[in-house]
Amino acid sequence: MQRETAPGGKRLLRIRLNGRWREDAVGDNQLLVDYLRDVARLTGVKTGCDGGECGACAVLVDGEAVPACITLAARCEGRSVETIEGLAAQGRPSRLQQAFHEKLGAQCGFCTPGMIMAAEALLRRNPRPSEQDIRQALSGNLCRCTGYVKIIESVQTAAEMAP
Amino acid sequence: MTADMTADLADRTTSGRRVPLIDGIEKVTGRARYTADLDSGNALVGRVLRSPVSHADIVRLDVSKARALDGVVCVVTGDDCPYTYGVLPVAMNEYPMARERVRYRGEPLAAVAAVDAATAERALELIELEFRVLPAYYTSADARASGATLLHDNKPGNLEREVHHEFGDWRAGFASADLVREDTISCAEINHAQIEPHATLADYDPLTGRLTIQSVSQVIYYLHLMLARCLAMDTSQIRIIKPFIGGGFGARVEALNFEIINALLARAANGRVMTQLTREETFLTHRARPQTDVKLRLGMRRDGRITACDCEVVQRGGAYAGYGIVTILYAGALLQGIYDIPAIKYDGYRVYANLPPCGAMRGHGGVHTRHAFECLLDRMARELGLDPFEVRRVNLLHAPTRTLNDLMVNSYGLAECLDKVQRASKWAQRIGKLPPGKGLGMACSHYVSGAAKPIHWTGEPHATVNVRLDFDGGITALTGAADIGQGSSTMVAIAVAETLGISLDRVRVIAADTAITPKDNGAYSSRITFMVGNAAIDAARQMKAILVEAAARKLEARPDDVECIGEVFRVDAGGQSSLPFAEVVKAALIDRGPITVSGTFTCPPESQGGKHRGGAVGSTMGFSYAAQVVEVTVDEATAQVTVDKVWTALDCGHAINVLAVEGQIEGSVWMGMGQALSEETRYADGLPLHASLLEYRVPTIIESPPIEVHIVESHDPLGPFGAKEASEGALAGFPPALVNAVANATGVDMNELPVTPDRLMDMLVARRRRERLGKARRAAS
Repeated sequence: MQRETAPGGKRLLRIRLNGRWREDAVGDNQLLVDYLRDVARLTGVKTGCDGGECGACAVLVDGEAVPACITLAARCEGRSVETIEGLAAQGRPSRLQQAFHEKLGAQCGFCTPGMIMAAEALLRRNPRPSEQDIRQALSGNLCRCTGYVKIIESVQTAAEMAP
Repeated sequence: MTADMTADLADRTTSGRRVPLIDGIEKVTGRARYTADLDSGNALVGRVLRSPVSHADIVRLDVSKARALDGVVCVVTGDDCPYTYGVLPVAMNEYPMARERVRYRGEPLAAVAAVDAATAERALELIELEFRVLPAYYTSADARASGATLLHDNKPGNLEREVHHEFGDWRAGFASADLVREDTISCAEINHAQIEPHATLADYDPLTGRLTIQSVSQVIYYLHLMLARCLAMDTSQIRIIKPFIGGGFGARVEALNFEIINALLARAANGRVMTQLTREETFLTHRARPQTDVKLRLGMRRDGRITACDCEVVQRGGAYAGYGIVTILYAGALLQGIYDIPAIKYDGYRVYANLPPCGAMRGHGGVHTRHAFECLLDRMARELGLDPFEVRRVNLLHAPTRTLNDLMVNSYGLAECLDKVQRASKWAQRIGKLPPGKGLGMACSHYVSGAAKPIHWTGEPHATVNVRLDFDGGITALTGAADIGQGSSTMVAIAVAETLGISLDRVRVIAADTAITPKDNGAYSSRITFMVGNAAIDAARQMKAILVEAAARKLEARPDDVECIGEVFRVDAGGQSSLPFAEVVKAALIDRGPITVSGTFTCPPESQGGKHRGGAVGSTMGFSYAAQVVEVTVDEATAQVTVDKVWTALDCGHAINVLAVEGQIEGSVWMGMGQALSEETRYADGLPLHASLLEYRVPTIIESPPIEVHIVESHDPLGPFGAKEASEGALAGFPPALVNAVANATGVDMNELPVTPDRLMDMLVARRRRERLGKARRAAS
């Protein structure tokens, strides 16, 4: 976790985070999830497992959903990283955020940021996904509350909303 | 009260609608702060050293090298806490960190607080351990074998509790049966696997001697009590604040060892310590549903009427007591309250073994006996040539009634649940006519709406809600109830808004902070809607009376003639004179200044169960009832079971929030599916083999079926707006409905959960062998 001094070297990471360029010193072995949570203080990115199992930490790197817990921060040099905090423009929830709220796609909410980011990546490449497309795109994201029924409804509802 | 209830229902503004959670926006925007999100960088990092052996005397535990490591602030061990803890006052047999003896692999031995995680982890490696290993037991049978070493010296036979209950003349019942069948059904241990790993943050202020805890608890009151006990502190010096909680399902319904350990670290460090458990450690902390063997014998008449039930349950409870006594009592008590059974014999055995302690999990205690019962009902119906629905129907209760074990049943919507799922699934048209490999199965289930006797008996009301009003015109409801994602704070807001006749936007809910909110027993046994909901209504009624009186004065009318609808106070319906809410608030505040009222709810004595030993367990104000139909496809080549669709109906009395009720039903049915098909904790010599979300197979979205939900409203006479619980009742019906569907598809009766492909394949192979043998014999003769 966090604040570990890297046994390897450090480097300056230049990254476009939620639309803004920034530079930070990161360890060569620092995970993207720790950089986002501990350095950038974007705690919407969640840790739900010991690495690559649950999808709660999913963020977009150049528009692709990736698990931040098995991605090195240094791999994101010069790239665009988006988290749940970047989706609400001027405080207005995005279509997916609105739909997950209204359709109860979020119960405890812990898997929700990763779930929404994975769905966001899907809707950007496929604005009219079938139910099967949604299931495929979210298959790496575990939810323990909803049975996924209302998550599928939420993504379908978001897809139907005008952008 | 009944007249008021009718008025409330008639004037419904919010209750019965689809209301998004009042804290939902925070969750979908990432603003919601969970425990692990609270450390802004200044907390020390806590880490726990865990036992590498299953059962041993601790010969040496030397922390001196760890203590000397640069960056280590403090180290605590069992020596720092000589007090046991536990959720049941009669069964506190566990230390936060082991003293003298360890009883399972992964049991905490010591803990370190250091300036960073790497230092804390290095320090753990420097702790020197020496054990004298003892025989360890990983099955109930081995632990109960004669001559087995005792885990706890005062528990002969490694039995934590034996229960022997007899109600009615079961011998006569079996004698009068046309068919008697006995099956033994074995259910694997499972885990809650809530997506948020355990975490806890403790602040100790050495100047004031006060301790503030933020933690993942569902039960901050019980945590409060155990922290005071284990740290020998006055309860008034402890404050507990519940952040957002990433699911519970029972994982956090008792104080957990890491919460106490982290508080000990913070006090030793004179500061702030955060301990975050890994997923593996979260699995080790466990407290979930025990491995259980159910031996069930039922007697049935030719028409399907049950004549007697004889049930023996053996639960492998793990190394410490936890909720064990309650779990083994629930398993027997919840044989009742759903069908009319004239005689019941129950024998329960809760066994200690060298594994992580079990605890409460959604559907606590009732799931495995319900599973066995519903499987057996189906098998007997088949033998007698009866339809599974008809067998349930001839055994229905008639409310209001009391069960043999003295449980109160005031409302009972099971008949309607059966009708709904039978129709929706087109059961009658399809059963017996499905193509090969397809099957339909059904089952019923129920659960309590709150335990009518609290764990720590104090004589206080079962729930208290404060409602306050100040100059700003905002209504604030203060409740200790823990919202863990189930939507309890939203339920409180709806109950208050509806009772007062005001907009939901005017209500703010502050929940679960022991410095601010009234004590609440917490989120367990599905108690919140029934108990806290009623307390919220009581508080809102008192507030309403004050406002109506102020409005009446200004309107020069009698209070009885004033009503508040849509935030406007009027004399009679359609009367000329009216006052907006803000003006009434001003008028009310003139007399008293800011107003706080306190509403309560107390379960009446007649709801609190029988006088027999253990009779309080299972007692409740009202049961939820559920029926479901499951459709499966079984691939006979791979023995893979696919659930195609689920139809479920649940009687929750009244759906205060239809959206949340649907969500709870879907989630509980689905959790039952995980237990039925893939979830299972496994150990090799006490070493967990399942302790990741890859090895512990929670269903993904790919294998999760559509779930069609039907809500049945039986309007419980004592429930808030007639409501009962909706979060647990449907779970227990899934595993038997699935097993019955697999039997329908393949002709194979599965006696083990989960129905994994390897288990089912063994049965299919055996069936094919029998068929071939039969054919050969017939040919030979």
